[in-house]
Amino acid sequence: MNALYLAFAYLRYHWARSLILTLVAALILFVPIATQILLSSSERALVARGEATPLLLGSRGSQLDLTMAALYFSDERPDPVPMREVEAVWDSGLAIPIPVHTAFSSNGFRIVGTTLDYFEFRTLMPAAGRGLSLLGDAVIGADVAATLGKGVGDTLVSSPENLFDLDGVYPLEMPIVGVLAPTNSPDDQAIFVDIKTAWVIQGIGHGHEDVVTADEVAAGSAAVANAAVVQYQRITPDNLDSFHFHGSQDDFPPSAVILVPNDTRSATILRGRYLDTEGPPQLVEPAGVIQGLVDRIFRIKALLDVVTAIIAIAALAAIGLAVFLSYRLRAREIATAGKLGARRGMVLRLLSAETFTLLLISACIAAVGALIVSRNAEVWVGWLLALGS
Amino acid sequence: MITIEDLSFRYSDTSFGLRVPEFTLQDGERVAIVGPSGSGKTTLLNLIAGILPPQAGRIDVAGTDVAHLSDVARRQFRASTIGFVFQDFALLDYLSPRQNILYPYRITPALTLNAEARDRAEALAAACGSGDKLDRHPTALSQGEQQRVAICRALVTRPKLILSDEATGNLDPDSKARILDLLFEQATEAGAAVLAVTHDHELLPRFERVLDFAQFRHGSPA
Repeated sequence: MNALYLAFAYLRYHWARSLILTLVAALILFVPIATQILLSSSERALVARGEATPLLLGSRGSQLDLTMAALYFSDERPDPVPMREVEAVWDSGLAIPIPVHTAFSSNGFRIVGTTLDYFEFRTLMPAAGRGLSLLGDAVIGADVAATLGKGVGDTLVSSPENLFDLDGVYPLEMPIVGVLAPTNSPDDQAIFVDIKTAWVIQGIGHGHEDVVTADEVAAGSAAVANAAVVQYQRITPDNLDSFHFHGSQDDFPPSAVILVPNDTRSATILRGRYLDTEGPPQLVEPAGVIQGLVDRIFRIKALLDVVTAIIAIAALAAIGLAVFLSYRLRAREIATAGKLGARRGMVLRLLSAETFTLLLISACIAAVGALIVSRNAEVWVGWLLALGS
Repeated sequence: MITIEDLSFRYSDTSFGLRVPEFTLQDGERVAIVGPSGSGKTTLLNLIAGILPPQAGRIDVAGTDVAHLSDVARRQFRASTIGFVFQDFALLDYLSPRQNILYPYRITPALTLNAEARDRAEALAAACGSGDKLDRHPTALSQGEQQRVAICRALVTRPKLILSDEATGNLDPDSKARILDLLFEQATEAGAAVLAVTHDHELLPRFERVLDFAQFRHGSPA
C-alpha cells in the first residue's frame, strides 16, 4: 500500500508526464482491440447479410459488384438484368424473385426501387407512417430520416444523373409516407420506392398533360424543354392516372433480382439453370461472394496486425525509455531511500508500483474505450458499410 | 552509543583507506567531525549506519554489532535506530512536508505508520516552527524551512542516533546556528546522540567534542 501511495503521489505530481504515458499506453492497448471488435462486427454484419440473401440474379460481370450493389446499395452500377428474368422465375414457381433497382440517389442516399416482397423478406417494419402503396411514394430508412431531418409528410427529390441529359433522368419529387425502424443494416441508409417509381425517375415511365397547342405554348401557358407538353415532376392523386410506361415491361431494368427459393431443391434447380456461362444472366450466392471479400479483408488485416505490432513495439520502447530516464532522474531519491533503511525490494516495488499504476489506468481507459466500441460496433459498422453507398 | 574498535575500510577501486583504532560516542553526546574534504568523514557515517560494510573491526551502535548484520538486518537497524540529516535535505518534491516527514514509514516494514507517528510528525513540525507549512510543497519552502522538515524526518522515528552530514552546509550564516540549535534541542528531547560532519568551524563551540578526522585517513582521497 505504501508503494502504491508513493507511486500515486509521484504520478499525480508529474501529471503531464503521467498523462502522456498513460494515453500512449492506453492507445497501444486500445487500437488493436477496437480494430478487432470492429472487424469482427464487420465480418458478422457482412456475412449475416450475405447469408440472409440466398441467391442473387444479375447480369454477367463482377459478382462482387453485383452483390455490393444489391445487398449494400453501393456505388457499383452493374449492368441491369431485364424484367423478363423476373417473370421467368415467377413462372418457374421455384422462388420468389425480388427485383431491386439501385441506379439513383437522393441527398446522398441510394434510392432502392423494389417490390413489397422486399420488406417482408428483410422484415422491415415502419416505425412511423405506412408502407409503399402508390406510385411515387417513398419509405426511408432510419439513418436517412435522422440525417436529413425528414419524416412522414416531407418530400424527397431524386438527384439528376446528368445535368445535360435532357431526355433522360429528371428529378422526381417523392412524398415520404413511412420511416423504417432501425435495423443496423444498409436498409437504414436507403430510400425505398416502388420499382415503377424508379423507372419513372429513369424516364422510362412518365406522366404528362394532354398535348397542348402551339398557340398555348406561344401564349406562355405551358413551358417545357423537351416537348410541347407539360411533364410532371411530381406524382399526385390528380395526375397519377396520367403516368404510363413506354415499351415492354419485360425489357425494363432492375439492377439485380434477389431470389428466395422455396426450398433447397428449388435452389439447386435454379443454380443449374444459370450454369451456362455464355448466357447473359448469372446467379450468384452472396454468402460465398461475401466470404471471399471477408477473407481478403482479413488477409489485409493480418498485414495491418504486423504494422500495428511494429508500431506498438516502437511505442513501448519509447515508453520504456521514458520510464528508464525517469528512474535515472530519481537516482538521488533511491539513494536517500536506501540510506533511510529502505530494502532493495522496496525500491523495486516502488518503481513497479508506478509502472503498474500507469498500466492499470491505461488498461482501464482502453477497456472503457473497447466497451464503448463494443456497444456501438453494430451501429458504427452499419455506418461504415454504408459509406460506400 | 557508538563504540568502534580497530575499524579498517578500503574502497575496492581506489587506494583510499580509512583506519579508526578507537572511537566512542556516549548516549546523548554531541560530537562534531571535522577534516579536509576526502578524508573519509562521510565514509565513517556510512560505516556506522551500516550502508558500507567494513573490511575489519567492530562497530557497535546501541548495543548492536552493525558490521556483522545481514544486509536486510542492517537496513532494518538503520531505519529504526538512526536518523539521517543530509546537506541537500533530500526532500522529495512530489510529497508535502508532512508526507516527507513520514517518508521513512513508507519505505520500510521496520516502522509502522500509525496515528501516534502522525501526531509525532505534527508535534515535531510545530516545535521546529513548520507546523503551518506541512501541506505546502517543498519547493515552496526556503532552504532553512526545508532543513527543518529534514530534521523532523530524522527525528520522527525516535532514533537513538542522529547522523548529520554537513546539515548546515547549504544554509546562510544566520540559519546555520539556528538549525544546529534546533537539531540539538530536538535530539536532546528525544534522547538521541548527534554525530555531525561539518566544515563550519564557527559552529564547533556548540558541540561537546570535536574529532579531527585527518588522523584516520590512509592513502589518497576517493
